[in-house]
Amino acid sequence: MYGYQLRHEFERSTGATWPLNVGQVYTTLARLERDGLVEQTGESDEEGKVVYRLTDAGHAELTGWFATPLGGNDRPRDELAIKVALALTTPDVDVRAVLQTQRTATLRHLQELTRLKAVADGSEDTAWLLVLDSMIFRAEAEVRWLDHSETRLARLATAPRPTSAGPAPGSAAGPAAPPAVATDPASDSDQAVRR
Amino acid sequence: MTTDAVLELRGVGRVHGDGATAVHALRAISLTLRTGELIAVMGPSGSGKSTLLHLAGGLDTPSEGAVLVEGTDLATLSRGQLAAVRRRSLGYVFQDLNLIPALTAAENVALPRELDGVRARAARREALDALAEVGVGDLADRFPDEMSGGQQQRVAIARALIGPRRLVLADEPTGALDSQTGEDVLRVLRARCDAGASGLLVTHEARHAAWADRVVFLRDGALVDDTGVAPPPEVLLTADGFG
Ligand SMILES: Nc1ncnc2c1ncn2[C@@H]1O[C@H](COP(=O)(O)OP(=O)(O)O)[C@@H](O)[C@H]1O
Ligand SMILES: [Mg+2]
Repeated sequence: MYGYQLRHEFERSTGATWPLNVGQVYTTLARLERDGLVEQTGESDEEGKVVYRLTDAGHAELTGWFATPLGGNDRPRDELAIKVALALTTPDVDVRAVLQTQRTATLRHLQELTRLKAVADGSEDTAWLLVLDSMIFRAEAEVRWLDHSETRLARLATAPRPTSAGPAPGSAAGPAAPPAVATDPASDSDQAVRR
Repeated sequence: MTTDAVLELRGVGRVHGDGATAVHALRAISLTLRTGELIAVMGPSGSGKSTLLHLAGGLDTPSEGAVLVEGTDLATLSRGQLAAVRRRSLGYVFQDLNLIPALTAAENVALPRELDGVRARAARREALDALAEVGVGDLADRFPDEMSGGQQQRVAIARALIGPRRLVLADEPTGALDSQTGEDVLRVLRARCDAGASGLLVTHEARHAAWADRVVFLRDGALVDDTGVAPPPEVLLTADGFG
């Protein structure tokens, strides 16, 4: 295979979700060649493009890659979890608003993915459907975590003695629930827990 | 712009009880559902989702504001007229107990048409078509307890949209189903809306809500956020700047 073909194959099986530029492909090929994982076949196609193949070492590397699960620390750090954690501990930031804004954005993303899935469903493109499912499950998990976080904060807010680091639920609960009406927010969080 | 509004809520509020024990189940809700549109309502338990659906369906009366179904303010109707609108314009799908156990699928779906005054043979023919549209045409002569939960919900959707009915109100229709079966029910609802019906759907599953054109969020009886109506691509690209 040559570089352009490689890019095409990658994008075909991932629905062009993570576009590659061809320069990236060629620098990667050059590095793989330097490390002895691919080699030039010596032939070139009719357009004069250089054709590569895997070496034995390259085959071994690839087999190893497929056989090795990703570890928990191999993934990029979770920027959303970091943002919410910092929102909770930074004064004057309404963490519930952060959660709600994110929930809406994630739902919108989920709607987009669902539309793509509705289109892809009729096709035979299994690789792309698997990638789509992965993104859908991830977005769904994010919404569940946001719901869960909101429930946890609601319980904390109505706990008898909140610590100084506790959230101050601003606009949403503020004016409607003066301190005297203790039962209102309490029953609310009960319902949130029940679900 | 209200010409194609199938359902419109204008500043709707609902208070249960009064004085110190008053519960504000809904506050100042404004929402328009158009032809072909599916709107999902999400929110924690007790946030007012079912109350919203009951008001939309004329099963409950708002304490303030107005509910308009196909342009008619429900408050201006007599009891008899309201019953007629409920029967002819709306269909309901609940979490369970949707079908009459003693009737077959086809009889369940035909029933509203027979109540409309359509003769039995014609009503059955319509029912068979409606069942085929939701993918259970081969189950016409089964009784509810001979069908899976997902199949029953499809029959309920067929019944909700039989004849002139264009608006389906669904309260957790997938609540008792496994995730994949629930997904199939959502596909059916989506397809019926694409074919010109309109739907208001309560669900707590984000994956199901994502089939809707628009998702609104209720908290403590108030609409707190909204994904908006089918945003153009350039808005999606800057979605993190929203709200
Ligand atoms: N008939 C009623 N009498 C008094 N309170 C009610 C009645 N129906 C609902 N409520 C209250 O109104 C609020 C909203 O209820 P509901 O619409 O059933 O919420 P959801 O469907 O989101 O769980 C809750 O606090 C509930 O207890
Ligand atoms: Mg409910």
